[in-house]
Amino acid sequence: MQPTEQAASVRDADGHRPPPWRDVRVIRVALQVGFVAAALGTIWWLYSNLANNLARLGIRRDFAFLDQSAGFTIFGSDFSATSSIRVALWVGLQNTLRVALLGIALALLIGIVVGVLRLSSNWLVKRTASIYVEVLRNVPPLVLIIFFYLAVLQTLPGISDAATPGDVMVVSNRGVWLPWVELGTGTGAFAATAAVAVLAAMLVAAWRRRVHDATGRPHHRVLWGGGTALVLLGLGYLTLSPPISMSIPLLEGRSVTGGALLFPEYAALLVSLVLYTSAFIAEIVRGSIQAVPKGQVEAAQALGLSSWDRLRRVVLPQALRIAAPATGNEFLNLSKNVSLGVVIAYPELLRVGRQAIGNGQPAPQILLIVLAAYLGVSLVLSLGVNIANRRLQLVEH
Amino acid sequence: MAAPSAPPGPETAATPPERRVTPARWLRENLFSSPSNSLLTLITGLLLAWALVSFGRFLLITGRWDIIEVNLTNFMVGGFPRGQLARLWVAMAMMTIAVTISAGITSATAAEAAIAADRDPSVTVRERVQRAGPPLVLLFVMIVFVRTWLPLALLAGVLVLGVGGFRVGRRLPARWRGRAGIGAVLLIVVALTAISSFGGVSRDAWGGLLLTVYYTVGSLLLAFPIGVALALGRRSSLPVVRAGCGIFIEFFRGSPLIALLFVGWLILPFFLPVGFPTPDLVTRALIIFVLFTSAYVAEIVRGGLQSIPRGQLEAAQALGLSPWKQTRLVILPQALRNVIPALVGQAISLYKDTTLVLIIGQIELLAVAQNVTQQEAFIGQGYIAETLVFVSLIYWVGSYWMSRESQRLEARLGVGTR
Repeated sequence: MQPTEQAASVRDADGHRPPPWRDVRVIRVALQVGFVAAALGTIWWLYSNLANNLARLGIRRDFAFLDQSAGFTIFGSDFSATSSIRVALWVGLQNTLRVALLGIALALLIGIVVGVLRLSSNWLVKRTASIYVEVLRNVPPLVLIIFFYLAVLQTLPGISDAATPGDVMVVSNRGVWLPWVELGTGTGAFAATAAVAVLAAMLVAAWRRRVHDATGRPHHRVLWGGGTALVLLGLGYLTLSPPISMSIPLLEGRSVTGGALLFPEYAALLVSLVLYTSAFIAEIVRGSIQAVPKGQVEAAQALGLSSWDRLRRVVLPQALRIAAPATGNEFLNLSKNVSLGVVIAYPELLRVGRQAIGNGQPAPQILLIVLAAYLGVSLVLSLGVNIANRRLQLVEH
Repeated sequence: MAAPSAPPGPETAATPPERRVTPARWLRENLFSSPSNSLLTLITGLLLAWALVSFGRFLLITGRWDIIEVNLTNFMVGGFPRGQLARLWVAMAMMTIAVTISAGITSATAAEAAIAADRDPSVTVRERVQRAGPPLVLLFVMIVFVRTWLPLALLAGVLVLGVGGFRVGRRLPARWRGRAGIGAVLLIVVALTAISSFGGVSRDAWGGLLLTVYYTVGSLLLAFPIGVALALGRRSSLPVVRAGCGIFIEFFRGSPLIALLFVGWLILPFFLPVGFPTPDLVTRALIIFVLFTSAYVAEIVRGGLQSIPRGQLEAAQALGLSPWKQTRLVILPQALRNVIPALVGQAISLYKDTTLVLIIGQIELLAVAQNVTQQEAFIGQGYIAETLVFVSLIYWVGSYWMSRESQRLEARLGVGTR
């Protein structure tokens, strides 16, 4: 526990060794051995208690239950009650990731916008953005989830008299059906055309770059490259059979055909977590922008950059570097908070695990798997954040 | 006040002339500086006006607040036996004294730090109003909903005690501060145990805001020493200790709290010896909160330890202090002072996280908001919006106020500016 023991000398001036109980090296080893013994002892004690209790209650300690049939269904997936627990947990993990990944993207986007708006020169915009932040980040996320689920989505009309705004979507308390694209017959050919278009655009951009390097004339590579891609894509779209078609949801009595269904549980969880996390990210973005030295902005002004270019080319790239670690933390928080979906029965990993436990599967193993999966997600995310962070820092040199 | 300032000299003549800001000029500069800015103002203004008007309509016209009025006691204490409420008032008075004395001490310390760093320690009237705002709003709402006089009189009494406690804390001589702080912590512990002990009410019958406060305060008090120990362990020179503490911290920081609460709910009893009496659910949840919070406290304290310049440690070594005394007398006091704002942040997040116990079947504040809508008089009429807005207000005021105070404290302690 003491940070400063290693500096002591082992022998005194006369060459005598100190007695072992005053020898720093001995003390250090003894302390560590003691620590390991205490830690292992505690773990062993806990584990043996667990084993005894499970044996007493007749609960198995192996993982064979994973291959048993689940006996429950998961809405929003083609998972059937006869599939195994293993598949059920896998579906749960997918549902967790579905909210986590989209949520991270949306929260980042909204967070950056609100964070920038908090520093707007427009007083009203600034105030509105700070109201957004202060209201959302001081309310528990669970309150938001329950609010959106019970007080907003559950008060929508029932399916038989659902609202159909603009005749392009169906809004009911069983979910919201949105217009969606469906792949048509020409998809493969069109995808190939698109690949060719992207390749051509890159070549054209590279050519313009060379022209610019050689002659100093403006390269306009985005304009040239984008134009090439658009022309090729347009030609492909006109000549090939249509690659995609719109599917408009249609309400017939109590059923809806076409479109894509947005489940109320999914929508409530996603919206709440995005709003909650975006408020924190906005604060991080604001702090990081303010941490960029004022001289940078003034230099950009002196160069005659427009306010948009100042933000995009000078301030944000530097602020990003400052904001990266804290923002990564918020990503982790969001992905862990997906487990709150259990309260509105969104079938994420923990909810599926709970259903399995309710069906008589052993709780210790299930919770171990759930915890390990969430730890794994955290680990992968923080690894990604660390890599991104290191890359951002490298730019500096 | 008497803040030391630069001596009057030629600089004073160079201060820019005072600008007169007329309302019209303010509007032009802040809202309509350019056509695009004017458009932005217009759009934001309309959106904001719409939001405020709908919310105001809900608050004043369409909201049916009788459900709060009828159930106010349920929101505060859940199923706590009504005959025993006197215990809660006594506990509340004790905790108020403890908290306000500590607040007074902190305020005095911060003012001294401000003077030492050449900053103005005085508090303007405007600042006082801003600080008092959020709790006053909550107080006002409570007064609106309370239907009898007794609670109001008791509340006034508690407020008087609070003001007195703050004044005492402010004026306490510096050498008594440490002891008074320990005393305050002990007083809180006694207050919380007195509710359930001595023929009191078992914690399984607690609910509402009482349970929320219990989890927040209880876990913070217990998690703090564990967190400090973990932080010291993680900075230890012994690699095994460092690794062990690191694994513990990262495990609890990487796991979702609700999954850990499931562990506490379903399998924590299995970890106890066969025949050991199963602790009640509140204790199990509290254990989980403590372990989880201690991991976060450890990381915060580690940040504080890292912020202490190496010279402090070397000076302590040069004085011949033992390693334990180096840590206890030189490093920790400075490190902990630096992380007070971050610790308040952790308290806020714990306060919000207590809502999770509703998932394992405890009737805390948010669960009350759901349950009262199922009462015979209110079921099926969509009262959930009203109750959720009410409890949101309680959560919001609590965490907004704490975060404001911690920002203020951060500025006054001069964290990061020394």
